[in-house]
Amino acid sequence: MLEPIHVSLESLNLITLAPMLIAIAGGLIILILDLINGKLHKSLYVMMTILILFIDFGAVLGLNVNERGFFDVMLIDGISIISQLMIIGGSMIFIPLALTSKRFHEYSYPEFFALFLFMIAGFQFMVATDNLILIFVGIETASLALYTLIALHNRSNSYEAAVKYFTMGALAAAFFAMGSAVVYALTGSIELYKVAEVMATRLNETGLMIAIFGSSVLLLVAFSFKLSLFPFHTWAPDVYEGASAPLAGYMSVIPKIAAFVVSIRLFGMYIDLGVEWVRIVILVMAVLTMTLANIMALVQNDVKRMLAYSSISHAGFIMAALALDTTEGNTAIFLYYALFMFTNLGAFAMLWISRHKKRRFDKRYDHPYEKFAGLVQIMPMGAVVMGIFMLSLAGVPPFSVFWGKIYVMQAAVNAGYIWLAIVMALNSAIAAYYYLKLVVYMFLKDPVKDVDIVYYNISKPLMVIIGFATVATVAAIFYVQPLVSYLYYMISASGY
Amino acid sequence: MDNILSILVFFPAVAGLLGFVVDKESARAYGITVAAIEFLLSLWLWFSFDMGNAGMQFVELIPLIPDMGISYYLGVDGISLFILIMTTLMTLIGMASMGETKNIKNMIVTLLFLEMTMVGVFVALDAIIFYLFWELSLVPMLYIIGAWGGPLRIYASIKFFLYTFTGSLIMLVGMLFVAYIYHNLTGVWSFAITDWYALVLPVDYQLWLFAAFFVGFAIKVPMFPFHTWIPYAHGQAPTIGSVILAAVLLKMGTYGFVRFSLPMFPDASVMAITPIAVLAIIMVIYTAMIAYAQKDMKQVIAYSSVSHMGIIMLGLFAMNAEGLSGSVFQMLSHGIVSGALFMLVGMIYERRHTKLLSEFGGLAAVMPKFAVIFGVMLMASVGLPLTIGFVGEFLVLLGFYHVSPVITVLAGTSIILGAIYMLRVMKLVFFGPLDNEENKKLKDLNARETWSLIPLVAIVIWLGVYPKPVLQPIDNSVKSLLVFMEGKARTDEAKDMIKTAKTSTSIQEAK
Repeated sequence: MLEPIHVSLESLNLITLAPMLIAIAGGLIILILDLINGKLHKSLYVMMTILILFIDFGAVLGLNVNERGFFDVMLIDGISIISQLMIIGGSMIFIPLALTSKRFHEYSYPEFFALFLFMIAGFQFMVATDNLILIFVGIETASLALYTLIALHNRSNSYEAAVKYFTMGALAAAFFAMGSAVVYALTGSIELYKVAEVMATRLNETGLMIAIFGSSVLLLVAFSFKLSLFPFHTWAPDVYEGASAPLAGYMSVIPKIAAFVVSIRLFGMYIDLGVEWVRIVILVMAVLTMTLANIMALVQNDVKRMLAYSSISHAGFIMAALALDTTEGNTAIFLYYALFMFTNLGAFAMLWISRHKKRRFDKRYDHPYEKFAGLVQIMPMGAVVMGIFMLSLAGVPPFSVFWGKIYVMQAAVNAGYIWLAIVMALNSAIAAYYYLKLVVYMFLKDPVKDVDIVYYNISKPLMVIIGFATVATVAAIFYVQPLVSYLYYMISASGY
Repeated sequence: MDNILSILVFFPAVAGLLGFVVDKESARAYGITVAAIEFLLSLWLWFSFDMGNAGMQFVELIPLIPDMGISYYLGVDGISLFILIMTTLMTLIGMASMGETKNIKNMIVTLLFLEMTMVGVFVALDAIIFYLFWELSLVPMLYIIGAWGGPLRIYASIKFFLYTFTGSLIMLVGMLFVAYIYHNLTGVWSFAITDWYALVLPVDYQLWLFAAFFVGFAIKVPMFPFHTWIPYAHGQAPTIGSVILAAVLLKMGTYGFVRFSLPMFPDASVMAITPIAVLAIIMVIYTAMIAYAQKDMKQVIAYSSVSHMGIIMLGLFAMNAEGLSGSVFQMLSHGIVSGALFMLVGMIYERRHTKLLSEFGGLAAVMPKFAVIFGVMLMASVGLPLTIGFVGEFLVLLGFYHVSPVITVLAGTSIILGAIYMLRVMKLVFFGPLDNEENKKLKDLNARETWSLIPLVAIVIWLGVYPKPVLQPIDNSVKSLLVFMEGKARTDEAKDMIKTAKTSTSIQEAK
């Protein structure tokens, strides 16, 4: 007869689950509110979401570093805490962008906000575990919610985007499942710390190396989809174009942070084990991603597509830092995203305020460059702010992304990859051209249609968010030090 | 006031921000007043500067990002002091003489921000802060060329930006590598240039790093074959843009060589003497020839400015006190003279809306004041004795004679070639028959234009006759730089090169 299982509540350490549970409960509360009174205004839901995220943020801050919980499935280490903080912080900046002056379809549904919170819970699960199954569950929860959020933007190309993202995402999930299955078959475990132990003892077996090769290829493919790395990046520009501008900005940062955390855990493990070719593959992909995406961005006619390609290129930049597998490299990933988040969300929010219900400047695109021609004459502050975002993305000091860039490049130099730093430098130079193109349009050309207003969708909450993003972009020099030392401390504390 | 450098850097920036509030009609007066105050502040810096001290003065050090070794670190020595004063002077005079009326407020605000970045470059002692101001200076210049320039202005401004940006990113990698070596040796992160001076690097590292910094600086100078952006930039830029570009922005490149390349990589610098001298000679002779072939007055000045930058480069790599001091002095004289020439061309352009040499002739009769001032500046540009241009050019040639007489003779042709193309301009514009009807109605310089040029004429003659007050502090700093380089050099060749040059100077001093 089997022994009855005794599990004490203390050993479960349920507090490690609290942040995700808060987000899920928050989503449920929003749904219940809708049941009770169906006529509530979107501003209530936005504020509710922010409040729930606020509690969530607090719960994450209260976690202790390096704890396990819930049958040792949850792993609360430094990177899981900082990534959760960044995910929640980014979401808190994102969600007020729903408060536009014009009415948009998706925000009239409370489901939008509930799904949004479920998605955040999914991301939090992804980063707070080293169990491959829970990672899978997290990815799927978050992705399914995200597909729906995209489709809710009621337009034909939003459906196209959602379906495209869904098919690609499903494929990636299949690759991930197969990769995990191979890992399980090899080591008899789905927990990465045990996988690493088993693999370390058996690395000299040739047959095993081939299997490791297979598993890591499958996993790499899966995460290349999620991180939009070349050659699995093709969905990104279309999906970004179809999604609403703030959601596109959100997708270019937050899901990638979560995917990067899992990548650090997975591929960092492979590289630590001495499987050198994983590093080589990642480096090659990173270099190709940043270069080709940059070249593609050069020829775009639409600012949103340009920003989509530029986000891909930035992801390639950061992927290169992952291949270094040093504490500095990993710190660089988080520092870069923390700084990039404000600027990129700000830039997409600037597109959002200029969004028209109908396409007035171009038949094919929402945000052609011509739309921003002479913006400095129409809306001087808006042009200056957008110009600052563009210069920041181009890596002009002292704006925020510059500090991320030099940290990544310094990490590359320190790890002995000087050629990589030079490739990054040259890529920044290529990228400068297309960011500059927008600046040139805004400042140096005359407006195309002076009858039409560009800043169509602006409202006070949006201005506050953009103002916040601007301050964070301009004043980066003053907060980089505490940010770096905190990130470095948390990452080295969790042993990456 | 120990923090006068910070005030010098941030005063124009704050004034620029507040300038948004100033009424459009008063913007010009506001700008000129601010620039004048800034200039007076820089003069104050000169008077409180300790001439006997060859090291850094008015040092300010505030750690900004200690984890990355970045700090707010400013200081000034004899070399940067005068470039700084020249910067504030040329901004003031450029602004005072500016004929631009379109969007004047934006122009004033942009110029004030540009002044901040320019002053920042010359006083920064932390590599990242230096880089920050260096890159930031591109943005206002992009706007000035792009918004007020000629028909091809957008192409010219983007070309200017991308060229310099690409070069400086390579330089940034070099900086990061130096910081990495410094960290390896000392265990501390530091981007302070004075800390970096203490590094004694192996020769192969020096060569690579020299190359990385060279790319950044050479594009800015602009060295042949990286000079192709400058004809567009000058050709399309408004007058004020050309003045600032020629007078100050190009000096950032040569200043970078003095501040970074020479003291940090003495062996590599000595090895680079021949290649750089060859490039400099090509710059001097080739661009002089191009200048002769130009039909446009402004392009003549633009190419002559590049040609003279070649002399400055040659002096920097003479590795002796005459050459280096002469070169730094030539930076000042080039700034003042070519700035003034661009202003003069701008003044005639405002009157006739053309810069073509063939449109002019016999102007001396209708515009005597203009002709006299143009003549003085032209002579200074050629390097006539008793003008400011002679002092620097002569010292550079004297200094480089110790290195290579042949190259010096070739470089000396710059005076002859300069005389040829400049006197051709003089002949075509001012002499000959006054046969163009439109030229007969031209008005001579008005009071504003005259009074903005007279200080420059005074300086040209004053420093040409008696350069000592400026040359002495430059010489002090240059000598301590050379002593430092000799002490740091690892290869015997480099030691010999720097040493022989020094003994020969002491012999001359004895005579």
